Amino acid sequence: MPNIRFTEKPLSDWMRGDAEDSEIVISSRVRIARNLQHLPFPMLATNQQSEEVLQRLTDILQYDDLGRFGTFHTLKISELDEIDKQVLVEKHLISPNLANESRNGAVLISDDESVSVMINEEDHLRIQCLYPGCQVREAWERAMVIDDAFEAHVDYAFDDRRGFLTSCPTNVGTGMRASVMMHLPALVMTHQINRILSAVSQVGLTVRGIYGEGSEAVGNLFQISNQITLGQTEAEIIENLHGVVLQIIEHERSARERLMNESMLRITDRVMRSFGILSYAAVLDSKEAAQRLSDVRLGVDLGILERPSIAAMNELNVMTQPGFLQKSFGDKMNTGERDMYRAKLIRQKLGSTL
Amino acid sequence: MLCQECNMRPATLHFTKIVNGEKTEFHICETCAKEKGEMLPGTPNGFSIHSLLSGMLDFDSSTKSHSSGHTGPQNLQCKDCGMTYTQFSKLGRFGCPSCYQYFDSRLDPLFKRVHGSTGHVGKVPVRTGGRLKVKRQIDDLKKEMQQHIVQEEFEAAAELRDQIRKLEKEMTEE
Ligand SMILES: [Zn+2]
Ligand SMILES: [Zn+2]
Repeated sequence: MPNIRFTEKPLSDWMRGDAEDSEIVISSRVRIARNLQHLPFPMLATNQQSEEVLQRLTDILQYDDLGRFGTFHTLKISELDEIDKQVLVEKHLISPNLANESRNGAVLISDDESVSVMINEEDHLRIQCLYPGCQVREAWERAMVIDDAFEAHVDYAFDDRRGFLTSCPTNVGTGMRASVMMHLPALVMTHQINRILSAVSQVGLTVRGIYGEGSEAVGNLFQISNQITLGQTEAEIIENLHGVVLQIIEHERSARERLMNESMLRITDRVMRSFGILSYAAVLDSKEAAQRLSDVRLGVDLGILERPSIAAMNELNVMTQPGFLQKSFGDKMNTGERDMYRAKLIRQKLGSTL
Repeated sequence: MLCQECNMRPATLHFTKIVNGEKTEFHICETCAKEKGEMLPGTPNGFSIHSLLSGMLDFDSSTKSHSSGHTGPQNLQCKDCGMTYTQFSKLGRFGCPSCYQYFDSRLDPLFKRVHGSTGHVGKVPVRTGGRLKVKRQIDDLKKEMQQHIVQEEFEAAAELRDQIRKLEKEMTEE
Protein backbone atom coordinates (compact mmCIF):
# COMPACT_ATOMS: atom_id res chain seq x y z
CA MET A 1 0.00 0.00 0.00
CA PRO A 2 1.32 3.46 -0.84
CA ASN A 3 1.83 5.98 1.90
CA ILE A 4 -1.39 7.97 1.98
CA ARG A 5 -0.91 9.92 5.18
CA PHE A 6 -1.42 13.03 3.04
CA THR A 7 -5.07 12.25 2.59
CA GLU A 8 -5.84 11.64 6.25
CA LYS A 9 -5.71 15.14 7.66
CA PRO A 10 -7.44 18.03 5.95
CA LEU A 11 -5.02 20.81 6.80
CA SER A 12 -1.47 20.68 5.52
CA ASP A 13 1.14 21.66 8.10
CA TRP A 14 2.21 24.55 5.90
CA MET A 15 -1.26 26.12 6.29
CA ARG A 16 -1.11 26.27 10.10
CA GLY A 17 1.31 29.09 10.66
CA ASP A 18 0.33 32.70 11.05
CA ALA A 19 1.27 34.62 7.95
CA GLU A 20 1.24 38.20 6.77
CA ASP A 21 -2.12 39.45 5.50
CA SER A 22 -3.64 36.02 6.05
CA GLU A 23 -7.00 37.56 6.91
CA ILE A 24 -7.32 38.38 3.20
CA VAL A 25 -4.75 36.27 1.37
CA ILE A 26 -5.28 32.59 2.03
CA SER A 27 -2.31 31.15 0.22
CA SER A 28 0.43 31.78 -2.32
CA ARG A 29 1.55 29.23 -4.84
CA VAL A 30 4.26 29.07 -7.48
CA ARG A 31 4.36 26.31 -10.04
CA ILE A 32 7.07 25.81 -12.62
CA ALA A 33 6.91 23.49 -15.61
CA ARG A 34 10.01 21.70 -16.87
CA ASN A 35 10.69 18.97 -19.41
CA LEU A 36 13.56 16.63 -20.14
CA GLN A 37 15.53 16.94 -23.36
CA HIS A 38 15.08 14.43 -26.18
CA LEU A 39 11.83 12.95 -24.91
CA PRO A 40 8.30 13.61 -26.16
CA PHE A 41 5.97 15.47 -23.78
CA PRO A 42 3.71 13.21 -21.67
CA MET A 43 0.77 13.50 -24.09
CA LEU A 44 2.76 11.74 -26.84
CA ALA A 45 5.16 9.68 -24.73
CA THR A 46 4.99 5.90 -25.01
CA ASN A 47 4.49 3.93 -21.86
CA GLN A 48 8.19 3.10 -21.81
CA GLN A 49 9.18 6.73 -22.28
CA SER A 50 6.96 7.99 -19.49
CA GLU A 51 8.32 5.24 -17.26
CA GLU A 52 11.82 6.45 -18.05
CA VAL A 53 10.84 10.00 -17.10
CA LEU A 54 9.38 8.77 -13.83
CA GLN A 55 12.47 6.71 -13.07
CA ARG A 56 14.95 9.47 -13.84
CA LEU A 57 13.10 12.09 -11.85
CA THR A 58 12.40 9.96 -8.79
CA ASP A 59 16.02 8.78 -8.78
CA ILE A 60 17.01 12.37 -7.99
CA LEU A 61 15.42 11.95 -4.56
CA GLN A 62 18.41 9.89 -3.48
CA TYR A 63 20.67 12.94 -3.77
CA ASP A 64 21.07 15.30 -0.86
CA ASP A 65 20.02 18.45 -2.71
CA LEU A 66 16.35 17.88 -2.05
CA GLY A 67 16.85 16.65 1.50
CA ARG A 68 16.90 20.12 3.01
CA PHE A 69 13.24 20.55 2.12
CA GLY A 70 12.30 17.61 4.29
CA THR A 71 11.69 14.04 3.35
CA PHE A 72 9.83 13.51 0.11
CA HIS A 73 7.27 10.75 -0.29
CA THR A 74 6.52 9.31 -3.69
CA LEU A 75 2.94 8.46 -4.56
CA LYS A 76 2.18 6.73 -7.83
CA ILE A 77 -1.18 7.87 -9.13
CA SER A 78 -2.12 4.41 -10.42
CA GLU A 79 -1.79 3.01 -6.90
CA LEU A 80 -4.22 5.47 -5.32
CA ASP A 81 -7.94 4.91 -5.06
CA GLU A 82 -10.41 7.46 -6.43
CA ILE A 83 -11.17 9.11 -3.10
CA ASP A 84 -7.51 9.56 -2.16
CA LYS A 85 -6.88 11.14 -5.54
CA GLN A 86 -9.80 13.49 -5.05
CA VAL A 87 -8.57 14.51 -1.59
CA LEU A 88 -5.11 15.28 -3.00
CA VAL A 89 -6.79 17.49 -5.60
CA GLU A 90 -8.88 19.22 -2.93
CA LYS A 91 -5.70 19.94 -0.97
CA HIS A 92 -4.11 21.32 -4.16
CA LEU A 93 -1.30 18.76 -3.90
CA ILE A 94 -2.03 17.36 -7.36
CA SER A 95 -3.92 18.74 -10.34
CA PRO A 96 -7.16 17.21 -11.63
CA ASN A 97 -5.28 16.52 -14.83
CA LEU A 98 -2.70 14.35 -13.06
CA ALA A 99 -5.43 12.51 -11.15
CA ASN A 100 -7.40 11.64 -14.25
CA GLU A 101 -5.30 11.44 -17.31
CA SER A 102 -1.68 10.79 -16.65
CA ARG A 103 0.27 7.68 -17.57
CA ASN A 104 3.02 6.80 -15.12
CA GLY A 105 1.96 9.86 -13.17
CA ALA A 106 3.37 10.40 -9.73
CA VAL A 107 3.71 13.07 -7.11
CA LEU A 108 6.53 13.71 -4.68
CA ILE A 109 5.24 15.44 -1.56
CA SER A 110 7.37 16.97 1.19
CA ASP A 111 6.62 16.15 4.84
CA ASP A 112 4.84 19.41 5.56
CA GLU A 113 3.10 19.30 2.16
CA SER A 114 4.47 22.69 1.17
CA VAL A 115 6.27 21.24 -1.85
CA SER A 116 4.68 18.90 -4.33
CA VAL A 117 6.36 17.76 -7.50
CA MET A 118 4.15 16.30 -10.19
CA ILE A 119 5.66 13.92 -12.71
CA ASN A 120 4.12 13.17 -16.10
CA GLU A 121 1.38 15.71 -15.80
CA GLU A 122 1.04 17.93 -18.91
CA ASP A 123 4.81 18.40 -18.62
CA HIS A 124 7.41 15.94 -17.37
CA LEU A 125 7.98 17.92 -14.22
CA ARG A 126 5.87 20.43 -12.36
CA ILE A 127 7.33 21.80 -9.17
CA GLN A 128 4.84 23.48 -6.90
CA CYS A 129 5.47 25.41 -3.70
CA LEU A 130 2.69 26.52 -1.40
CA TYR A 131 2.88 29.12 1.35
CA PRO A 132 0.21 30.56 3.65
CA GLY A 133 -0.77 34.21 3.32
CA CYS A 134 0.86 36.63 0.93
CA GLN A 135 4.26 35.00 0.45
CA VAL A 136 4.51 34.71 -3.29
CA ARG A 137 8.17 35.81 -3.22
CA GLU A 138 9.07 33.13 -0.70
CA ALA A 139 7.22 30.50 -2.72
CA TRP A 140 9.09 31.59 -5.83
CA GLU A 141 12.49 31.51 -4.16
CA ARG A 142 11.91 28.02 -2.88
CA ALA A 143 10.64 26.81 -6.26
CA MET A 144 13.81 28.13 -7.89
CA VAL A 145 16.04 26.28 -5.42
CA ILE A 146 14.18 23.02 -5.94
CA ASP A 147 14.35 23.60 -9.68
CA ASP A 148 18.14 23.92 -9.39
CA ALA A 149 18.31 20.73 -7.35
CA PHE A 150 16.61 18.79 -10.17
CA GLU A 151 18.55 20.59 -12.87
CA ALA A 152 21.83 19.50 -11.30
CA HIS A 153 21.01 15.94 -12.36
CA VAL A 154 19.03 16.15 -15.63
CA ASP A 155 19.17 18.15 -18.85
CA TYR A 156 16.08 20.31 -19.29
CA ALA A 157 14.55 21.08 -22.68
CA PHE A 158 15.62 24.69 -23.13
CA ASP A 159 15.98 26.98 -26.11
CA ASP A 160 17.98 30.23 -26.13
CA ARG A 161 15.16 32.17 -27.74
CA ARG A 162 12.06 30.50 -26.29
CA GLY A 163 13.32 29.57 -22.84
CA PHE A 164 11.99 26.48 -21.08
CA LEU A 165 10.05 24.42 -23.60
CA THR A 166 6.64 23.28 -22.42
CA SER A 167 3.84 21.19 -23.82
CA CYS A 168 1.43 24.12 -23.91
CA PRO A 169 2.44 27.36 -25.65
CA THR A 170 0.91 29.33 -22.78
CA ASN A 171 3.67 28.16 -20.39
CA VAL A 172 6.77 28.56 -22.56
CA GLY A 173 9.60 30.82 -21.41
CA THR A 174 9.77 30.85 -17.65
CA GLY A 175 7.33 27.95 -17.35
CA MET A 176 6.16 29.72 -14.24
CA ARG A 177 2.67 30.31 -12.94
CA ALA A 178 2.44 32.24 -9.69
CA SER A 179 -0.91 32.58 -8.00
CA VAL A 180 -2.46 33.99 -4.91
CA MET A 181 -5.76 32.93 -3.40
CA MET A 182 -7.71 35.86 -1.97
CA HIS A 183 -10.85 36.13 0.13
CA LEU A 184 -12.63 39.30 -0.99
CA PRO A 185 -16.12 39.42 0.56
CA ALA A 186 -16.23 43.18 1.14
CA LEU A 187 -15.33 43.97 -2.46
CA VAL A 188 -18.10 41.60 -3.57
CA MET A 189 -20.65 43.09 -1.16
CA THR A 190 -19.85 46.65 -2.19
CA HIS A 191 -20.02 45.72 -5.89
CA GLN A 192 -16.48 46.87 -6.57
CA ILE A 193 -15.16 43.44 -7.43
CA ASN A 194 -15.75 43.48 -11.18
CA ARG A 195 -14.12 46.85 -11.63
CA ILE A 196 -11.07 45.67 -9.74
CA LEU A 197 -10.86 42.31 -11.46
CA SER A 198 -11.10 43.84 -14.90
CA ALA A 199 -8.32 46.27 -13.98
CA VAL A 200 -6.24 43.30 -12.89
CA SER A 201 -6.75 41.57 -16.22
CA GLN A 202 -5.31 44.61 -17.97
CA VAL A 203 -1.90 44.18 -16.43
CA GLY A 204 -1.26 40.65 -17.67
CA LEU A 205 -2.90 38.80 -14.79
CA THR A 206 -5.90 36.49 -14.81
CA VAL A 207 -8.51 36.01 -12.16
CA ARG A 208 -10.72 33.09 -11.59
CA GLY A 209 -13.30 32.24 -9.02
CA ILE A 210 -13.14 29.06 -7.03
CA TYR A 211 -15.73 26.59 -8.09
CA GLY A 212 -17.82 24.26 -6.01
CA GLU A 213 -19.85 21.33 -7.21
CA GLY A 214 -22.17 23.64 -9.09
CA SER A 215 -21.13 26.06 -11.75
CA GLU A 216 -21.01 29.28 -9.75
CA ALA A 217 -18.03 30.86 -8.09
CA VAL A 218 -18.56 30.47 -4.37
CA GLY A 219 -17.16 31.62 -1.09
CA ASN A 220 -15.82 34.96 -2.37
CA LEU A 221 -12.52 33.28 -3.16
CA PHE A 222 -10.50 34.50 -6.12
CA GLN A 223 -7.27 33.21 -7.54
CA ILE A 224 -5.05 35.78 -9.21
CA SER A 225 -2.19 34.60 -11.36
CA ASN A 226 0.17 35.69 -14.09
CA GLN A 227 -0.98 35.06 -17.63
CA ILE A 228 2.30 35.80 -19.39
CA THR A 229 5.30 33.49 -19.15
CA LEU A 230 7.38 34.72 -22.09
CA GLY A 231 9.19 38.05 -22.39
CA GLN A 232 9.28 38.86 -18.69
CA THR A 233 11.77 37.71 -16.09
CA GLU A 234 10.58 35.63 -13.17
CA ALA A 235 11.34 38.53 -10.85
CA GLU A 236 9.22 40.91 -12.95
CA ILE A 237 6.31 38.47 -12.97
CA ILE A 238 6.50 38.00 -9.20
CA GLU A 239 6.81 41.72 -8.48
CA ASN A 240 3.91 42.56 -10.78
CA LEU A 241 1.68 39.99 -9.09
CA HIS A 242 2.83 40.96 -5.61
CA GLY A 243 2.25 44.66 -6.27
CA VAL A 244 -1.25 44.06 -7.58
CA VAL A 245 -2.11 41.77 -4.67
CA LEU A 246 -1.00 44.43 -2.18
CA GLN A 247 -3.28 46.94 -3.89
CA ILE A 248 -6.23 44.56 -3.81
CA ILE A 249 -5.57 43.95 -0.09
CA GLU A 250 -5.77 47.71 0.47
CA HIS A 251 -9.06 47.96 -1.43
CA GLU A 252 -10.54 45.02 0.47
CA ARG A 253 -9.43 46.54 3.81
CA SER A 254 -10.97 49.89 3.09
CA ALA A 255 -14.17 48.24 1.84
CA ARG A 256 -14.33 46.29 5.13
CA GLU A 257 -13.84 49.47 7.11
CA ARG A 258 -16.56 51.19 5.16
CA LEU A 259 -18.94 48.30 5.71
CA MET A 260 -18.29 48.44 9.44
CA ASN A 261 -18.79 52.20 9.56
CA GLU A 262 -21.87 52.37 7.38
CA SER A 263 -23.70 49.14 8.02
CA MET A 264 -22.31 47.48 11.09
CA LEU A 265 -25.66 46.10 12.22
CA ARG A 266 -26.42 44.58 8.83
CA ILE A 267 -22.97 42.94 8.60
CA THR A 268 -23.12 41.71 12.18
CA ASP A 269 -26.54 40.21 11.52
CA ARG A 270 -25.34 38.48 8.39
CA VAL A 271 -22.27 37.05 10.11
CA MET A 272 -24.23 35.82 13.14
CA ARG A 273 -26.96 34.27 10.99
CA SER A 274 -24.36 32.39 8.98
CA PHE A 275 -22.68 31.23 12.15
CA GLY A 276 -26.06 30.12 13.48
CA ILE A 277 -26.92 28.20 10.34
CA LEU A 278 -23.54 26.48 10.23
CA SER A 279 -23.91 25.58 13.91
CA TYR A 280 -27.39 24.06 13.63
CA ALA A 281 -28.23 23.12 10.04
CA ALA A 282 -29.00 19.48 9.23
CA VAL A 283 -28.35 19.77 5.50
CA LEU A 284 -25.83 22.01 3.75
CA ASP A 285 -24.97 21.99 0.09
CA SER A 286 -21.44 22.91 -0.89
CA LYS A 287 -22.40 26.31 -2.24
CA GLU A 288 -24.23 27.41 0.88
CA ALA A 289 -21.48 26.02 3.10
CA ALA A 290 -18.85 27.99 1.20
CA GLN A 291 -20.87 31.20 1.35
CA ARG A 292 -21.63 30.84 5.09
CA LEU A 293 -18.00 29.96 5.82
CA SER A 294 -16.99 33.10 3.94
CA ASP A 295 -19.32 35.18 6.15
CA VAL A 296 -17.91 33.59 9.29
CA ARG A 297 -14.33 34.15 8.15
CA LEU A 298 -15.19 37.81 7.57
CA GLY A 299 -16.83 37.94 10.99
CA VAL A 300 -13.69 36.64 12.66
CA ASP A 301 -11.54 39.15 10.77
CA LEU A 302 -13.84 42.02 11.76
CA GLY A 303 -13.87 40.98 15.40
CA ILE A 304 -17.60 40.18 15.35
CA LEU A 305 -16.80 36.55 16.21
CA GLU A 306 -13.94 35.34 18.35
CA ARG A 307 -13.84 31.87 16.90
CA PRO A 308 -13.19 29.72 14.92
CA SER A 309 -9.55 30.43 14.22
CA ILE A 310 -8.37 31.12 10.70
CA ALA A 311 -6.63 27.73 10.72
CA ALA A 312 -9.91 26.03 11.65
CA MET A 313 -11.63 27.89 8.81
CA ASN A 314 -9.00 26.75 6.34
CA GLU A 315 -9.49 23.24 7.63
CA LEU A 316 -13.25 23.43 7.15
CA ASN A 317 -12.82 24.67 3.59
CA VAL A 318 -11.02 21.44 2.73
CA MET A 319 -13.04 19.11 4.98
CA THR A 320 -16.34 20.09 3.39
CA GLN A 321 -15.20 19.11 -0.11
CA PRO A 322 -16.77 15.94 -1.56
CA GLY A 323 -13.60 13.83 -1.54
CA PHE A 324 -12.75 14.60 2.02
CA LEU A 325 -16.31 14.00 3.23
CA GLN A 326 -16.21 10.55 1.73
CA LYS A 327 -12.80 9.96 3.25
CA SER A 328 -14.11 10.93 6.72
CA PHE A 329 -17.45 9.16 6.67
CA GLY A 330 -16.60 6.27 4.44
CA ASP A 331 -17.85 4.92 1.14
CA LYS A 332 -19.26 6.60 -1.88
CA MET A 333 -22.15 8.92 -1.17
CA ASN A 334 -24.66 10.69 -3.31
CA THR A 335 -25.13 14.45 -3.20
CA GLY A 336 -27.91 14.30 -0.61
CA GLU A 337 -25.84 12.20 1.77
CA ARG A 338 -22.88 14.49 1.29
CA ASP A 339 -25.02 17.52 2.18
CA MET A 340 -26.10 15.80 5.38
CA TYR A 341 -22.58 14.77 6.38
CA ARG A 342 -21.22 18.19 5.47
CA ALA A 343 -23.68 19.78 7.90
CA LYS A 344 -22.84 17.21 10.56
CA LEU A 345 -19.11 17.78 10.19
CA ILE A 346 -19.43 21.56 10.41
CA ARG A 347 -21.71 21.28 13.47
CA GLN A 348 -19.14 19.08 15.18
CA LYS A 349 -16.30 21.37 14.27
CA LEU A 350 -18.06 24.54 15.41
CA GLY A 351 -19.62 22.83 18.42
CA SER A 352 -16.22 21.95 19.72
CA THR A 353 -15.23 25.59 19.66
CA LEU A 354 -18.41 27.02 21.18
CA MET B 1 -19.58 42.84 -15.49
CA LEU B 2 -22.00 40.82 -17.59
CA CYS B 3 -21.08 37.88 -19.78
CA GLN B 4 -20.49 39.09 -23.32
CA GLU B 5 -22.11 35.97 -24.80
CA CYS B 6 -25.48 35.93 -23.02
CA ASN B 7 -25.55 39.37 -21.39
CA MET B 8 -27.45 37.76 -18.53
CA ARG B 9 -25.09 36.19 -16.05
CA PRO B 10 -22.04 37.80 -14.47
CA ALA B 11 -18.82 37.08 -16.35
CA THR B 12 -16.44 35.03 -14.24
CA LEU B 13 -13.87 33.96 -16.82
CA HIS B 14 -11.62 36.75 -17.98
CA PHE B 15 -9.00 36.65 -20.69
CA THR B 16 -6.80 39.20 -22.30
CA LYS B 17 -5.73 38.52 -25.84
CA ILE B 18 -2.91 40.59 -27.19
CA VAL B 19 -2.95 40.94 -30.97
CA ASN B 20 -0.13 43.00 -32.43
CA GLY B 21 0.28 44.83 -29.17
CA GLU B 22 -3.43 45.57 -29.02
CA LYS B 23 -5.28 44.14 -26.06
CA THR B 24 -8.69 42.56 -26.47
CA GLU B 25 -10.60 41.51 -23.40
CA PHE B 26 -12.85 38.57 -23.28
CA HIS B 27 -15.38 38.02 -20.48
CA ILE B 28 -17.81 35.12 -20.25
CA CYS B 29 -19.82 33.25 -17.65
CA GLU B 30 -19.27 29.59 -16.80
CA THR B 31 -22.57 28.52 -18.33
CA CYS B 32 -21.62 29.95 -21.70
CA ALA B 33 -18.10 28.56 -21.42
CA LYS B 34 -19.65 25.16 -20.78
CA GLU B 35 -22.06 25.48 -23.68
CA LYS B 36 -19.20 26.33 -25.97
CA GLY B 37 -17.65 23.02 -24.99
CA GLU B 38 -14.96 24.45 -22.81
CA MET B 39 -14.43 23.02 -19.39
CA LEU B 40 -14.37 24.88 -16.13
CA PRO B 41 -11.29 25.53 -14.06
CA GLY B 42 -10.96 23.43 -10.96
CA THR B 43 -13.22 20.68 -12.23
CA PRO B 44 -11.83 17.25 -13.06
CA ASN B 45 -11.74 18.03 -16.76
CA GLY B 46 -10.13 21.40 -16.32
CA PHE B 47 -10.96 24.44 -18.34
CA SER B 48 -9.32 24.00 -21.64
CA ILE B 49 -7.20 26.99 -22.48
CA HIS B 50 -6.22 24.78 -25.40
CA SER B 51 -9.56 25.11 -27.11
CA LEU B 52 -9.26 28.87 -26.89
CA LEU B 53 -5.74 28.64 -28.22
CA SER B 54 -6.63 26.30 -31.00
CA GLY B 55 -9.22 28.82 -32.18
CA MET B 56 -6.44 31.34 -32.47
CA LEU B 57 -4.15 28.91 -34.26
CA ASP B 58 -6.79 27.82 -36.75
CA PHE B 59 -7.57 31.40 -37.57
CA ASP B 60 -3.89 31.98 -38.12
CA SER B 61 -3.46 29.10 -40.56
CA SER B 62 -6.62 29.81 -42.57
CA THR B 63 -5.78 33.44 -43.23
CA LYS B 64 -2.15 32.92 -44.05
CA SER B 65 -2.18 29.70 -46.07
CA HIS B 66 -3.44 31.37 -49.27
CA SER B 67 -0.57 33.77 -49.57
CA SER B 68 2.29 31.53 -48.51
CA GLY B 69 2.11 29.15 -51.48
CA HIS B 70 3.57 25.63 -51.35
CA THR B 71 5.06 25.77 -47.90
CA GLY B 72 1.74 26.23 -46.15
CA PRO B 73 1.80 25.55 -42.44
CA GLN B 74 -0.14 22.32 -42.96
CA ASN B 75 3.02 20.83 -44.50
CA LEU B 76 5.13 21.52 -41.44
CA GLN B 77 5.92 18.43 -39.43
CA CYS B 78 8.15 17.70 -36.46
CA LYS B 79 10.70 15.09 -37.51
CA ASP B 80 11.21 13.92 -33.93
CA CYS B 81 7.70 13.17 -32.73
CA GLY B 82 5.79 13.27 -36.02
CA MET B 83 3.32 15.94 -35.00
CA THR B 84 2.08 18.08 -37.88
CA TYR B 85 1.32 21.78 -37.59
CA THR B 86 -2.31 20.99 -38.32
CA GLN B 87 -2.45 18.60 -35.37
CA PHE B 88 -0.71 21.15 -33.21
CA SER B 89 -3.24 23.81 -34.12
CA LYS B 90 -6.12 21.44 -33.23
CA LEU B 91 -4.65 20.26 -29.93
CA GLY B 92 -3.04 23.53 -28.90
CA ARG B 93 -0.12 21.55 -27.54
CA PHE B 94 3.32 20.60 -28.79
CA GLY B 95 4.36 16.96 -29.04
CA CYS B 96 7.98 17.29 -28.03
CA PRO B 97 10.68 19.93 -27.46
CA SER B 98 11.77 19.72 -31.13
CA CYS B 99 8.34 20.87 -32.34
CA TYR B 100 9.44 24.37 -31.33
CA GLN B 101 12.16 24.21 -34.00
CA TYR B 102 10.09 22.63 -36.76
CA PHE B 103 7.17 25.02 -36.29
CA ASP B 104 9.42 27.98 -35.57
CA SER B 105 8.40 29.97 -38.65
CA ARG B 106 4.79 29.97 -37.41
CA LEU B 107 5.35 30.67 -33.74
CA ASP B 108 6.18 34.37 -33.48
CA PRO B 109 2.61 35.55 -34.20
CA LEU B 110 1.20 32.99 -31.78
CA PHE B 111 3.54 33.97 -28.95
CA LYS B 112 2.88 37.64 -29.65
CA ARG B 113 -0.81 37.03 -29.18
CA VAL B 114 -0.54 34.90 -26.08
CA HIS B 115 2.34 36.64 -24.32
CA GLY B 116 2.81 39.93 -26.15
CA SER B 117 6.37 38.85 -26.72
CA THR B 118 8.40 36.22 -28.57
CA GLY B 119 11.67 35.87 -26.68
CA HIS B 120 12.71 34.52 -23.29
CA VAL B 121 14.48 36.86 -20.88
CA GLY B 122 14.17 34.83 -17.70
CA LYS B 123 16.10 32.10 -15.94
CA VAL B 124 18.75 30.12 -17.78
CA PRO B 125 19.51 26.55 -16.72
CA VAL B 126 23.14 25.79 -15.92
CA ARG B 127 23.50 22.58 -17.91
CA THR B 128 21.62 23.28 -21.14
CA GLY B 129 21.66 27.07 -21.18
CA GLY B 130 25.42 27.67 -20.92
CA ARG B 131 25.77 29.47 -24.25
CA LEU B 132 22.91 31.81 -23.52
CA LYS B 133 24.44 32.72 -20.18
CA VAL B 134 27.68 33.71 -21.89
CA LYS B 135 25.80 35.59 -24.61
CA ARG B 136 23.94 37.63 -22.01
CA GLN B 137 27.19 38.26 -20.17
CA ILE B 138 28.74 39.56 -23.41
CA ASP B 139 25.73 41.82 -24.02
CA ASP B 140 26.05 43.29 -20.54
CA LEU B 141 29.79 43.88 -20.98
CA LYS B 142 29.18 45.58 -24.33
CA LYS B 143 26.69 47.97 -22.74
CA GLU B 144 29.15 48.72 -19.98
CA MET B 145 31.91 49.30 -22.54
CA GLN B 146 29.72 51.80 -24.44
CA GLN B 147 29.20 53.73 -21.22
CA HIS B 148 32.94 53.97 -20.68
CA ILE B 149 33.46 55.13 -24.27
CA VAL B 150 30.80 57.82 -23.89
CA GLN B 151 32.53 59.01 -20.73
CA GLU B 152 35.90 58.85 -22.54
CA GLU B 153 37.28 56.28 -20.08
CA PHE B 154 39.17 54.43 -22.76
CA GLU B 155 41.40 52.37 -20.56
CA ALA B 156 38.44 50.79 -18.81
CA ALA B 157 36.71 50.30 -22.16
CA ALA B 158 39.74 48.49 -23.57
CA GLU B 159 39.81 46.16 -20.59
CA LEU B 160 36.19 45.24 -21.17
CA ARG B 161 36.84 44.80 -24.91
CA ASP B 162 39.49 42.20 -24.09
CA GLN B 163 37.12 40.39 -21.76
CA ILE B 164 34.45 40.36 -24.46
CA ARG B 165 36.89 38.97 -27.05
CA LYS B 166 37.94 36.22 -24.68
CA LEU B 167 34.34 35.19 -24.01
CA GLU B 168 33.48 35.29 -27.73
CA LYS B 169 36.46 33.09 -28.51
CA GLU B 170 35.43 30.58 -25.85
CA MET B 171 31.97 30.42 -27.36
CA THR B 172 33.13 29.68 -30.89
CA GLU B 173 35.54 27.03 -29.65
CA GLU B 174 32.76 25.03 -27.98
ZN1 LIG C 1 -23.01 33.87 -20.51
ZN1 LIG D 1 7.86 17.20 -31.92
